[in-house]
Amino acid sequence: MPAKNVNSSLWEPVIGLEVHVQLNTNSKIFSSAPVTVSVEPNRAANAVDLALPGTLPVLNKKVVEKAILFGMATAGRIASRCRFDRKNYFYPDLPKGYQITQLTEPIIEGGTLEVRVDDGSIRQVELVRAHLEEDAGKSIHGKYAGKTGIDLNRAGTPLLEVVTAPQLNTPDEASACFRTLHRLVTWLDICDGNLNEGSMRCDANISVRRHGETQLGERTEIKNLNSFRFVERALKHEIDRQISILETGGEIVRETRLYDVERDETRSMRGKELAHDYRYFPDPDLLPVAITQEMIRAARSAMPELPEARCSRYIDELGLPAETAHRLTQEKAFSDYFESAFAIAGNAKLTANWVLGNVAATLNRNEISIENLQLSGPQLGEIVKNIVDGIVSDASAKQVFEHVLATKSNVADAIGQQRESLMSDERDLKALVQRVLDGNPIQVEEYRKGKKKILGYLVGQVMSAAKGKIDPKKVNQALTEILASD
Amino acid sequence: MNTPFPSIEQLRTQLTSREISAVELTEEYFHRIRSTSHQLNCFVSLHEDSALQAAREADSDIARGRDRPLTGIPIAHKDIFCIEGKKTTCCSRMLQSYVAPYSATIVENLENAGAICVGTTNMDEFAMGSSNETSANGPVRNPWNLQHVPGGSSGGSAAAVAARLVAACTGSDTGGSIRQPASFCGVTGFKPTYGRNSRYGMVAFASSLDHPGCLTNSVEDAGRMLSAMAGNDTKDSTSASQEPIGWSSSTRPRRLGYPTRLFADLPQSIARPLEEARHTLEAAGNTIVEIELPHFDVAVSAYYVIACAEASTNLARYDGIRYGHRSKFDGNVEDMYAQSRSEGFGMEVKRRILTGTYVLSVGHYDSYYMKAQKIRRLIRDDYLRAFHQTDVILSPSTPTTAFRLNAMDLDPTDMYKQDQFTVPVNMSGLPAMSVPCGFSDGLPVGLQMIAPHFRESELLELGIDYQNLTDWHQQQPCLPKT
Repeated sequence: MPAKNVNSSLWEPVIGLEVHVQLNTNSKIFSSAPVTVSVEPNRAANAVDLALPGTLPVLNKKVVEKAILFGMATAGRIASRCRFDRKNYFYPDLPKGYQITQLTEPIIEGGTLEVRVDDGSIRQVELVRAHLEEDAGKSIHGKYAGKTGIDLNRAGTPLLEVVTAPQLNTPDEASACFRTLHRLVTWLDICDGNLNEGSMRCDANISVRRHGETQLGERTEIKNLNSFRFVERALKHEIDRQISILETGGEIVRETRLYDVERDETRSMRGKELAHDYRYFPDPDLLPVAITQEMIRAARSAMPELPEARCSRYIDELGLPAETAHRLTQEKAFSDYFESAFAIAGNAKLTANWVLGNVAATLNRNEISIENLQLSGPQLGEIVKNIVDGIVSDASAKQVFEHVLATKSNVADAIGQQRESLMSDERDLKALVQRVLDGNPIQVEEYRKGKKKILGYLVGQVMSAAKGKIDPKKVNQALTEILASD
Repeated sequence: MNTPFPSIEQLRTQLTSREISAVELTEEYFHRIRSTSHQLNCFVSLHEDSALQAAREADSDIARGRDRPLTGIPIAHKDIFCIEGKKTTCCSRMLQSYVAPYSATIVENLENAGAICVGTTNMDEFAMGSSNETSANGPVRNPWNLQHVPGGSSGGSAAAVAARLVAACTGSDTGGSIRQPASFCGVTGFKPTYGRNSRYGMVAFASSLDHPGCLTNSVEDAGRMLSAMAGNDTKDSTSASQEPIGWSSSTRPRRLGYPTRLFADLPQSIARPLEEARHTLEAAGNTIVEIELPHFDVAVSAYYVIACAEASTNLARYDGIRYGHRSKFDGNVEDMYAQSRSEGFGMEVKRRILTGTYVLSVGHYDSYYMKAQKIRRLIRDDYLRAFHQTDVILSPSTPTTAFRLNAMDLDPTDMYKQDQFTVPVNMSGLPAMSVPCGFSDGLPVGLQMIAPHFRESELLELGIDYQNLTDWHQQQPCLPKT
């Protein structure tokens, strides 16, 4: 077990990631079977996926389009011609006895990813390559007594494997890099980003070396990390483990390790350590793929404004604080929501506050995504516009917001109703104000002594007593009058 | 000598003029099959019920004037093509009880053209062999001499067509598997351009070399079969989109490439008929142009490297997990693979899987596989260069006539040399055919003709001309009646 008191400051970890991004196409990469997780075992696998004799792969053009989009977004080199290779090995859930992947001529080479680490620093992480390949099926252990089940529904699911250069130096950076990739592929709509269902799986290569050392140390690979937190925790443990081995004069063994979530440690994957010779060679069933200028043009016109560009625009053109701009650009749908609200409201800061405040809180509370919110961006814009125009108070606007959410009515009607229900009767209002003043003698005393600022507090008390159903201007007016009259 | 056997066109005329019904024709073929096929062992399974059902439908189509180019024509498929609901075994223990859940594109195309499938034909296991002796169903015998092999791997198809047990057969040709048995059995064997016929549903041996094609009694019949089989298929990425195959009956003089050295070392028994064929073609107005194919000698070695490499991974899917033979042996999953594959595959298949695994291994890849691919390009370039000055290239089909059963048991490379005239053509993807051009000691001799990519019409026209001038293709073996 790793010693707890390793002197980690002497050591520099070097981390590279390989992230399998499941492309969100309707059908598989080489067959017409649907890509889906929610059906019975082997129901979403056709003759090609089962590798029946005589079947042949046919490339799904959509995966090429999506890969091009990724390459363009990361400023990678998009190959004018790419090719598929066979990677040969036997495994029960690998139906053909080989995986179709890209070894020598990947679709994308190079590129960079701008990663914003939690401490606010920015790192430009180089990408080595991104290549297309097919996923394997699943072996199901423990469900059938004495037997292993094989489910080939996942077999043939398109994957884009993104490989970063070994340029990450901390678990935080690695986790941030994975998160940035997640944001990018969901932003580009090439992956659904659903980590729980394995839509993105991260393998981390990790070695440590003494600071100042230029040679890389022997590395291990941690497989199948499917959350940002696991990437961070698994790497922390592995770094400690490696350092403690090296500090006690031991040697790191190149091996594949698994992160055990329950026990919070990494473990050697026994039985997988046979030196594999995958006998790669070009798949003769598939012709080389030509990436035409037309395909490049199509990708360019389908390219959305990227998160970094949008974030900068929010700061430079809308005058939003960096942190706000950053938070607004974590997810495209969320950012688009802000855009459509802002387009109507006309006030970026107020709109941003609403989106990051009430809207985000509602999403959290109901555990829904922005797409499922019963109040559209333009509707929010309308509400915020009413605040800007002084038609409703913040508190009333919140009421309107809740009302629209609950009843799916339109904003104008909700505001109309809200105003009708505002206390319009002078006497009711005065009686309420008097009650509040009676309940806050100290504050009334202070006000009279000249601390006029206390009025705001009293207004708030009245508003809350009226549950917001009141025009704050009228409350203000009524309070000032009553306090002056006594 | 028997009266000439009716061509597909003549059978079609008999059917459409209602001289004979499709049911009668089919029954007649089954009668012939029953009385002779056991001497040849050329069939793996017979589909009598479905064939007669199809014949009844053919008759009704003919009656309603809805017949198609091959309506009512009885054919058989090499046991390498998947036929929905029928056993497709590749004559391997591995697939002994495998029933295909879908039909190969070729099978569908022929069915759509109205052809009636009477059954499946014997072959070398997974199409690996040149004598039909590697079949798990036992060897096929040559109808011209039962002590001799029919060639392979499409030996069952060649024997069945030669014995007139079907009007035509499909075959597959990876290194000569249509042309060599066609030559040995005295029938026409046609392998079109790579990509002309879909490979979907044809069990893969070596993907980049596998060509579906046909074996027939005449070149014209081959043209009719190919017209029905060919066409672009979205299920096969290597399938080509090309104008349909056509041919005209007008003869025109052609420049025939003659690789002199290929003919030089042949035994007299084969050289003489080939020489005669050359004279016949010359006399018909064609000119002979001597050519060289500089890389011919290294073709066989390069071919076996590539073919085995591809085969070793194409056959990885036979692991006993989802279908096919699974050993009764109890052990872990690795043992199960090893045991199932050891039991399921025959010697020759194992030899090729091992060879292929070796040449793709780290440390050997460059010196074998990469080098073989370079040689492949050079061979192809040799042909393309020769076609600058020729329309069709002539070549022997085989270095010998059909040899005796078990004659090649000692050294597998002797058998591989059987393919020396045919493998370079597969490596180049060119269309080629073998036509009967004479006999030697009572065994047929074949002449190979090779054309540029997608110029099947050249072969069809030249072949039809040649068969108008000769009657080798009309000779029929006399099988003892039982």
